[in-house]
Amino acid sequence: MAKNVYFEDVKVGDEVPAFERKTDFMNWNRYAAVNDEFVFLHMDDEVGKAAGQGAAFGMGNLRWAYVLNALRNWIGDEAQVRELSMQFRAINHKNDVLTTVATVAQKRVEGGEHLIDLEINVRNQDGVMTAPGHATVVVPARG
Amino acid sequence: MTSAEPTTLVTPDMIASKGVWGPETKSYPISESDIRKWAIAVYWPETPPRIYWDADYASSTKWGGIIAPEDFNPFAWPPERPASRQSAGPVPGKKPAKGENILNGGQTDTFFIPMRPGDVITSRSRLSHWEERQGRNGLTIFAYNESEWHNQKGELVKRRISIGVRY
Repeated sequence: MAKNVYFEDVKVGDEVPAFERKTDFMNWNRYAAVNDEFVFLHMDDEVGKAAGQGAAFGMGNLRWAYVLNALRNWIGDEAQVRELSMQFRAINHKNDVLTTVATVAQKRVEGGEHLIDLEINVRNQDGVMTAPGHATVVVPARG
Repeated sequence: MTSAEPTTLVTPDMIASKGVWGPETKSYPISESDIRKWAIAVYWPETPPRIYWDADYASSTKWGGIIAPEDFNPFAWPPERPASRQSAGPVPGKKPAKGENILNGGQTDTFFIPMRPGDVITSRSRLSHWEERQGRNGLTIFAYNESEWHNQKGELVKRRISIGVRY
């Protein structure tokens, strides 16, 4: 849908619908293919173990994509993600179920643009918050 | 910690390149198929939004055509692979030495003009600064790298500050 969210309709504390994925080789290998990201740490359990991470692990940038997808699904095709910031603090292991978390923290108008600031994270199936951060989206106003 | 453990992971190369913009890298022209495949990968197994692959639908939006997802990487798949770009990080059969383990620590991106089919993106980057501290993997360095992408019209597409972790 081209336009989903209008500035006036958003409230501080609103939660963005989650984007959820169980991450296994179907997701990892496709992402490796398009991003040309063939790194032994993401493919070889022995290398992941030798690095102290237990096994091969998923790409941080795939979690990054999942958050962008959640924001895109929420705001629609004609609004824009202006900023995204995340720290990858916990490893994404195979078969983890990752769920994006995005909560409206602030609304502001700046330079004629209607901006919504959000707190961001990606939660795994154990409740671990793996990737704290923030985002800003630009949305249309009704007025 | 053993006596062989280094006291710093800062290298002479890092000191020499700090704050200095590296050479520009130019992408191949972005194709509709590149964008479609990217979108399929990051939305798998769901059908990705039509703005990324349906030209008729995309032409009805304010963009007037297909755009790429914000995280699309037009620099993937260069034909020439110097050894330094063949695989980042440790390799099988060799225990990584201190400082040879890597992680993606995260990033902050600011997005401006969306990428579209036909665009040629130019990138430049520089090492901004670093921090070293003891973490769960022992001595760990967090290097902050800054990069800028412009399209063929000279419009700013993206600014990124990424955190590369070594331990």
